[in-house]
Amino acid sequence: MTEIRAEGLTHVYEASGVRALEGVDLHVGPGERVALVGQNGSGKTTLARHLNGLLRPTEGRVTVDGEDAARMTVAQLAGRVGLVFQDPDRQIFAGSVRSEVEFGPRNLGRSGDELRTAVHDALVATGLADEEGRNPYDLGQSRRKLLALASVLAMRTPVLVLDEPTTGQDARGVERVRDVVDSVSAEGRTVIAISHDMPFVAETFDRVIVMRAGRIILDGSPAEVFAAEAWEALRSTYLEPPLAALVGHRLGLGSTPTDASLVGSLERAAG
Amino acid sequence: MTLALHDVGYRYAGADEPALLGIDLELRAGTVVGLAGASESGKTTLCLVASGLAPRTIGGRIRGRITLDGEEVDAWPMHRLGQRIGIGFQNPATQLSQVAATVFEEVAFGPMNLAVEREAVVARTWSALDALRIADLAERDPRQLSGGQQQLVAMAGLLAMRPTYLVLDEPTAQLDPAGTRLVADAIVRLAGDGTGILVAEQKTDLLVTADEVLVLAGGRVALRGAPDEVLADRRLPELGVARPAAVRLRRAAAAAGGGGERLEAALHD
Repeated sequence: MTEIRAEGLTHVYEASGVRALEGVDLHVGPGERVALVGQNGSGKTTLARHLNGLLRPTEGRVTVDGEDAARMTVAQLAGRVGLVFQDPDRQIFAGSVRSEVEFGPRNLGRSGDELRTAVHDALVATGLADEEGRNPYDLGQSRRKLLALASVLAMRTPVLVLDEPTTGQDARGVERVRDVVDSVSAEGRTVIAISHDMPFVAETFDRVIVMRAGRIILDGSPAEVFAAEAWEALRSTYLEPPLAALVGHRLGLGSTPTDASLVGSLERAAG
Repeated sequence: MTLALHDVGYRYAGADEPALLGIDLELRAGTVVGLAGASESGKTTLCLVASGLAPRTIGGRIRGRITLDGEEVDAWPMHRLGQRIGIGFQNPATQLSQVAATVFEEVAFGPMNLAVEREAVVARTWSALDALRIADLAERDPRQLSGGQQQLVAMAGLLAMRPTYLVLDEPTAQLDPAGTRLVADAIVRLAGDGTGILVAEQKTDLLVTADEVLVLAGGRVALRGAPDEVLADRRLPELGVARPAAVRLRRAAAAAGGGGERLEAALHD
């Protein structure tokens, strides 16, 4: 299983001169479930793109299992870190759902039963098993997004990076994404997800990293990051704690980042 | 002042089944109508039909009648309709002009095309940028912003047009919580100023302040009414709609059999 490290990672976009990352230090161990949150433009997507080599550091470095990512090819990294884009239309190009999902694992040299199983599992996990013959652009935006997820899932990379996986998903779609995170994580693979959906973050991830202006300002469990003491920092990067956390604090129940933790605390308080 | 759909149905070009069927909708000036529903239930299609883009720009066949202040708009060309009804797309990349070099020019693009006087264009542009707290992005290239920043720029462009009716398709999809709140506040403020707003959202927390909420399923209206009732309806999960956070908490507390009164008090704090 794979370990990712960023050391003093700084990224300046040449075209705009924008400093998107400022000396980020980060270690994500094998099998962790990490959410990356922060205001629009705080550097989350830039950081994600460094993890699979789509961007190269202006300063500092990223290592994957101790190897400098800058010395690896995008193809080498693709076998270890799968990145699902925020906008599926930047990713989808094939003429059918099945060929779209096959593309990644084929490029990693998979074939025969191994390929079939990988594709089948990814389609089932994303609820697209009945759509394999369809043209991706006959699917609505939310299912195209699930297709983009399926095509990276099928690569079975040790690390999965999801950029805003729940955007545009309805309640069932969000549930599906949560199930995918659970099953990937149950296999010991690492999941890193960028999200603005704080309840989804609190309920799905063990570790929350909060970014502001290209730096990490908080890093802890949902209970820590959504505790009242951290709200000022959260709000400085345009985030708000989930309603359950606000209500739990008003009732003096401590940090209750999820509905379940709030209800549990209410029950205990009621004796 | 009302934008009204009377028994409207719509079928995309080449589609076997209609995407919308039997839609009745009244959007009065100064009110907000919220649209909820699972993916592919017809929300985006209804936005396209209500704004006139379907069938004018994208083809397909429409049935029923659409009226603006009592007048049939069937024969109106898009540019005439566009001065009255603004539409915000789900994906800001679709919305941005791609010709403006700066955010300021992008936001000013709409009112300039309406032949608004120069000084008024400048005033409207700054006021829209301020309302969404993106004045600091004024000199940036819109194509080099993050997805969420682009969504705010697209929204500012709509505000600057000052349309009588505004149709918004998931305007906060890519926004951080504070950006979402800015858009929610902008919707309330615009309605207060007399704009009629139709807003489709997965985030039902944004719809609790609407005057009416419609839930679509399979292109038809499955539920409609006051947000208090519709968003607490037991059928929401089977319709693929997430409950607002407060409704979810109340139900969780009730299911666990305790803490209901304390919770209620804390929710109203």
